[in-house]
Amino acid sequence: MVDTQTVLVWILLGFLITCAVASMITKNLLTTVLIFMSYSLVMTIIWIVLESPDLAGTEAAVGAGVTTILFFITLKKIGALHTNKKGKKKKLKEGEENE
Amino acid sequence: MSEKHESHETSETEYKGSKNPFVAWVNADPTPEEAPWTEEKLEALRAGETYVREEKPVITEEERARRFNKVYKPLAVVLCCAFIALLVFVCLYTPPFGATDVPTNNEVSFKYIEDGLADTGATNVVAGMILDYRAFDTLGESSVLFTAVMSVMILLRKDRDGSLVNDPAEDAALAKEEKISVQHRDVILRTMAGIISPFVILFGIYVVLNGHISPGGGFSGGAIIGAGLILISQGFGSAKTKKFFNFKVFTIITSCSLLSYAALKCYSFYTGSHHIETGIPHGIPGAILSSGFILPLNIFVGLIVACTMFGFYSLFTKGEI
Repeated sequence: MVDTQTVLVWILLGFLITCAVASMITKNLLTTVLIFMSYSLVMTIIWIVLESPDLAGTEAAVGAGVTTILFFITLKKIGALHTNKKGKKKKLKEGEENE
Repeated sequence: MSEKHESHETSETEYKGSKNPFVAWVNADPTPEEAPWTEEKLEALRAGETYVREEKPVITEEERARRFNKVYKPLAVVLCCAFIALLVFVCLYTPPFGATDVPTNNEVSFKYIEDGLADTGATNVVAGMILDYRAFDTLGESSVLFTAVMSVMILLRKDRDGSLVNDPAEDAALAKEEKISVQHRDVILRTMAGIISPFVILFGIYVVLNGHISPGGGFSGGAIIGAGLILISQGFGSAKTKKFFNFKVFTIITSCSLLSYAALKCYSFYTGSHHIETGIPHGIPGAILSSGFILPLNIFVGLIVACTMFGFYSLFTKGEI
């Protein structure tokens, strides 16, 4: 007999692995950051299930909040936020360095 | 570019007579001299032809990238799979979650859980552990954060006179962006920031102050306060946060907190694992003014973390605090 909490944890762990793999294989960097954020949120719930609310609070604030904002700022700084649907960079202006 | 070259030339004439080997090396002609006379070259000259040096086939950048990708992708997949297999193999030997007969389940945790309340006076055993039994470790963690923010400052902070490394085009773009964002504020962001950020910061302060009673503590609360500050800065512009949080305030708060923490806990340098009786009563467990040093230590850690988080944000966005 499997209790509900175990089922929940297994579902969450599956989601965690899905997020981890998806953040690796997506081409769009913005999507990657968003997936990484959802990874942190899932991890927050898992910390609560594992009875460590201290870590859950820290994970929510740092992992989902501050880190994501820092990632966004970095992407904006290197000009990777303006992408088209295929995940490729827009054509750069002349003079700018192509990566 | 031409100015620089001219100035370089004047210095070159100065150094021309110098015997310094490094100067001679710098001043030397970068292109190597034509190969010395060889027999075939002489023959070609005699025959009246111009000598053509044999050229090696040039590998283009794309060709090199293609070759690199050809090797890199399969190799990366193979290495990754091997590493995953190794880790899974090791994981098979770890004891199951929650097992009682594991080496980590020893008398240390029992000591912490059983005597924690009596020793530290904190109902939150974790806070008692990290800020009383192992406060020295937490001092190291705070120092790591401080070092991290200093490194970010070295990398990203702009020059005060703005002459050395600043890109004027980037500065102009930043100023333009700031102007646009001040004139056309995002309504949703501003409204929600106005409603939420006081509660976020209040909750952060609550978590810091109740670190010894309820879950949380300096690090969590500090991170929440930092996130609230970032929200204010995003919603209302950096000019608002600059009124109460500039570089001077940042320096004073961070270094004072770290020094106070070190002053409260530096006796561990001399006493090792042994405690010194501080004489501060532990108070009633559960009251806000209890558990000795844990409350002030939590406040110091919270201040450091909040300043660090906001410092990271503003250094990343503007290159200054």
